[in-house]
Parts: sequence; C-alpha cells; structure tokens
Amino acid sequence: MTHDELLSKLFPASHNVIVQDGLVFGGGTLGGSQPVHVIGVAERSFLGVEGAIALAKHVLSAVKGTARHPILVLVDSRSQHMSRHDELMGLNEFLAHLAKCLLLAAAQGHRTVALLYGGSAAGAFIATALACDTLLALPGANPEVMDLPSIARVTKLPLEKLQEMAAATPVFAPGLENFAQTGAVAQTLDPAGDLAAQVLEALSRPPASDERDRLGAERGGRPRAAEIATKVCREAKTA
Amino acid sequence: MSQATTKTQRRVSWFEATARQRLAALLDPGSFTEFLGPAAREISPHLALFSLPAQFDDGIVIGKAKLRGHEVFAAAQEGRFMGGAFGEVHGAKLVGLLRAAKAASRDAVLLLDTGGVRLQEANAGELAISEIIRAIVDLRTGGHSVIGLIGGRAGCFGGGGIIAGCCTRLIVSEPGRISVSGPEVIETNRGVEEFDSQDRALVWRTMGGKHRYLTGGADCFVDDDTAAFRAAAIENLAGRTPLTVSVLEAEQARLKARLRRFGTAKDGSEVWQALGVTNPASVPGMDTEEFLNAVRAVRESADDAR
Amino acid sequence: MAIVGVVASGNLEALFERTDDESACRVEISTAAHGFQPLWEAVLRDFVARGAGGLRISINDGGARPDMVALRLAQGLRLMQGPEA
Repeated sequence: MTHDELLSKLFPASHNVIVQDGLVFGGGTLGGSQPVHVIGVAERSFLGVEGAIALAKHVLSAVKGTARHPILVLVDSRSQHMSRHDELMGLNEFLAHLAKCLLLAAAQGHRTVALLYGGSAAGAFIATALACDTLLALPGANPEVMDLPSIARVTKLPLEKLQEMAAATPVFAPGLENFAQTGAVAQTLDPAGDLAAQVLEALSRPPASDERDRLGAERGGRPRAAEIATKVCREAKTA
Repeated sequence: MSQATTKTQRRVSWFEATARQRLAALLDPGSFTEFLGPAAREISPHLALFSLPAQFDDGIVIGKAKLRGHEVFAAAQEGRFMGGAFGEVHGAKLVGLLRAAKAASRDAVLLLDTGGVRLQEANAGELAISEIIRAIVDLRTGGHSVIGLIGGRAGCFGGGGIIAGCCTRLIVSEPGRISVSGPEVIETNRGVEEFDSQDRALVWRTMGGKHRYLTGGADCFVDDDTAAFRAAAIENLAGRTPLTVSVLEAEQARLKARLRRFGTAKDGSEVWQALGVTNPASVPGMDTEEFLNAVRAVRESADDAR
Repeated sequence: MAIVGVVASGNLEALFERTDDESACRVEISTAAHGFQPLWEAVLRDFVARGAGGLRISINDGGARPDMVALRLAQGLRLMQGPEA
C-alpha cells in the first residue's frame, strides 16, 4: 500500500499530513471521528540525526497541547542513516531522544500507535515503531534487523543454509510473520477491510504494560524471554 | 599517555577486566547477590542451531548490591562472549532486572559492553532492546536513576548505543566507544571513502570516549581504571531528578544546538576546534588529567538534559 | 559454586559445584571442537589426581588449548577451596 492510499483510507474526510524529505508530519481525523497527531518516516527513507530531531519536536509539541490526542506513527523506512556525519553528531542520542519522547507522550496519556506498512530496520525501527505502545502492521510490511545476505556475511554461513534455518525458526530472519511471532507486532490489519475502524479499535484497547514478551511466548517466536524476565523479578523479590 | 603517576594503588584496567571482575571492583565488597546466576544454566536456546557454544549466564551478570551503602540493581555485559550482544535470554535478564528495580524502588547501574544485537537471534535481541528502553524510561519517570558505564572491549554499539542515550548519566573512559552504526557497518554499507574502519584514530575521533565527553554525549570521563569507575558511579548516582517532559524539551534544545553549532564539521577535530579547544590535534594523546584540564571550560555539558 | 573464564575463542568457562559424593568428580564438557577426547581425558586425569572429589564441573568450551583448560581448572579449584565457596 502506498503512503497516499494509506492516508486516504485512514482519513477519508481530510487530513493535513505532509511528507518532507521522507519524514511525515501533520494530523487528521481518523475515520472522520478521532483527531490524531501523525508523524512517521515514508518512502523507505533512512532516519538520521536531522530526521530524528524533527520528529521528536513534533511529538513534544503534541505533548505540550492540552488535548491528549493519540499519536499515530506511520512507518516505511530503512535503517538508521549510516554515515560518519550522523555518528559524529551522536546519532545514538538523537534516536534515544525520539524513543523517549514517544514513551513520555504515552506516559502523559497519549495513545501511541505505530502502523508499519513498508520497511523498517535496526535503529530506525527501535526509535519509531518499537517505541510505541502498540505496533500494528499491514501485510507486505518488512521489518528487519539486517537482511539475510548481510547476516550471511557476518556469521560466515552460506546464504542457502541461512534460508533453510530461517524456515525452522522465526528468531533471526527478516519479515513481518517472524516479528509478529516474537511479539513485536500486536496485530496485522486486514487491508481489504475498513482500516480506520481497525486502527480505532486498536486505540480503544491500550495495553496496561509492555506485553510483547508474553505475546512472543504465546506465539512461539520468543520461547524464553517472558519466563526469564519473570524469574528475575521473582528472585529479586526473595533475595 | 604520560608515565608520571603518583597513585600508590595498583590500577586495574576496566577494559581488560571481565564482567564479573568489573562488578566486584565497582560494588561494595561482598554485597553482590546474583539473579539467575550460572548455576541456573539459563543458556541461549538459539546458538546451538548455529553450532556456537553457549555461556551459562548468556553473557550478562545481573543482581543487586550496594554502592557505598546504597542498594542498587546492577547488570554487566561480558564483551568477550558473542561481543556482548543482546540475544533473547541476555536481553530478557536485563528487562527483568529493570522491572525488578522499579518494583523495589531502586536505582540501576548498567555496565554496557556490547556490539548490539546478536544476529543469530536478531529479532529477539532487537525486541529486547526496545523492552529495555521502555523499562529504563519507566524506572526514570518513577524518579530512579539509571547510570551507564562504558569502557569495555566491545564498546557500546547498535541498539546498545540507543540504550546508553536513555540513561540518566553516562560514565565513559577513553577506550569506550558509543555509536549506533559501528565502523565496519558504515564501511560495508557506504564504502571506505565514507568511513575507513581500519583507521583507529578516525574511529576514536568520531565515536570515542573523549569525543562523546566533549560534546555532551557522556557526562563523566574517567581513567581506564575500575576504582575511577566506582568513584564516578557513586558521584553520579546522587541527587538525580526524574525524567519528565521538561527534561526532554531541554534535550531537544541541546541536540538541536549541537547540530546548529557543529553540523558542518567533517571530523571530530573540527568539532573540538569549534568548541574552542586550544590545540585539537593534541586531544587524542592527552592523559586523563591533561584532557580534563584542557577541556573543562569549553566542553558541552548535557546538564542533565538526557 | 564458582565460575571461571569466559566462552571466547581459545578460552572456556568452567562452573564448579559441590556434590555429596566425595569419591567422584563429574565433568561435563560442551564443545564444538570434535576429535579431542584423548586430550581432554589427559588434562582431566592430571587434574582429578590432585584431589577434586565431591565436585561437579561443567565446561563450555570456546576452543581452549590444554594449557588454558588446566589453568581454568586450577583457578576454579582454588576458588572452591577458598573461604567463600
């Protein structure tokens, strides 16, 4: 689904969402009933220091407003911008800042929902989609940490062998289905149905806490994480 | 490095120490209680698929302890096992520790030493990093501090760098490197013209401890010495305030100002020049005392806008 | 309980735990390097001969050479004989 198609489905009446240098800003009335702030990354862009600070500014100004409208984060990105300039400027602080802004917005009472409709990877994924309370996705979305050929290079394993292994476990290979199984993606939406209604429905069910490890255990993509975290908490209490 | 030293105590290198040695040197003697220690044998369930050996603690040691009498929750990554990278169990141990710290109303100290996500369990590692960030923010908005200590072999890369950026305060030594894309990652993706990962001096000028301290990416610069890390951790733990929207507004202004002021610089030395360091070329060769004296008046402080 | 070493290239970790059986020393080795059984047995025979009864030793091997194995075993045994073990 293209960015424009997505917007027309989410905001059938009108919206003022713009795309500037691959960054998404604006707002609209979801399904004609629920006002939302919108940020995001479009056109499979890389997210660098300039992009992260611009998005964070928009989140902070939403938080400064009196209304606690939800913040919708639309994501079709690549990874963080890999460059000497970005690292010289301290990209880690910029991405952390954006993630913190989204998390603080949630703590201030804004629902934060990301909709992954394209790609996303690595640091850009962590600072946008994964920093929201709820991550929704559309079929065809392609989240990844690193593509398989690169993983093959780093692990020094033949690509064919990796592809074979990827079929047996969701834990390392790219793709929406794998990420859904690990609990990252709360729900995959039906593109043929009323998208706005589906997002509104998700907005009405805020998770009480970070449920992703429990989801990952239920879906089998992260067999141990939830149990380990629970065991640690239990030991900490009795120690 | 200057050879002149008047210290009578034997210096113990943080860089060379293992995760367990670092914890032992950092925390009050005998105060550490480990959670899910090696005897629990909670190893990675995924490494065997890659015919890789497991480690009983999956490369991270977690527990509670005292830091000059103050009870803290502590975690130390072992940079020599799988490059200190985050896998499912490794990450979940830190998630659990941070959640437990919140439940117990305690501060946390994180001894970060990581190449980022463990590719053999990449999706689980990436998600764990996101959960860790959320747990850190939860802890901090509740008024507790999370202090990051960086000076290990593996540096602090990938999602580890983003975790560092979420800490209340960061203590770094010269060998400590903090970045998202590591040198090899930039070179592989963008070519050697963009970044020559073999050029060690370039690596340190771009992401090394001194550069981060000079630009406000770290709050405290110490010798590669476990005793110095301990003293700094004690000092930086005291008197912190909760993470609020105002802190983030101040961080927004701070980062924006950094881009405005240094955004056109091509190299670390140009940034230091713009800061007003008298002789930027001499910065990499200075020992800790010289360096701190030379930059004290000109460095950008984060002023708790983190 | 004592733990020594790390799982890295040319290194290993050894976990030492006490058992009730003073007459036996049980050693479990997990390694990706195959074909070195006689070497392991030689190193372990030397080690056990020095009195390691009542111990369970679990090793994760990163491809350590015999001298490294002997060093780690000696370090672990010393810790187990120390006041805190």
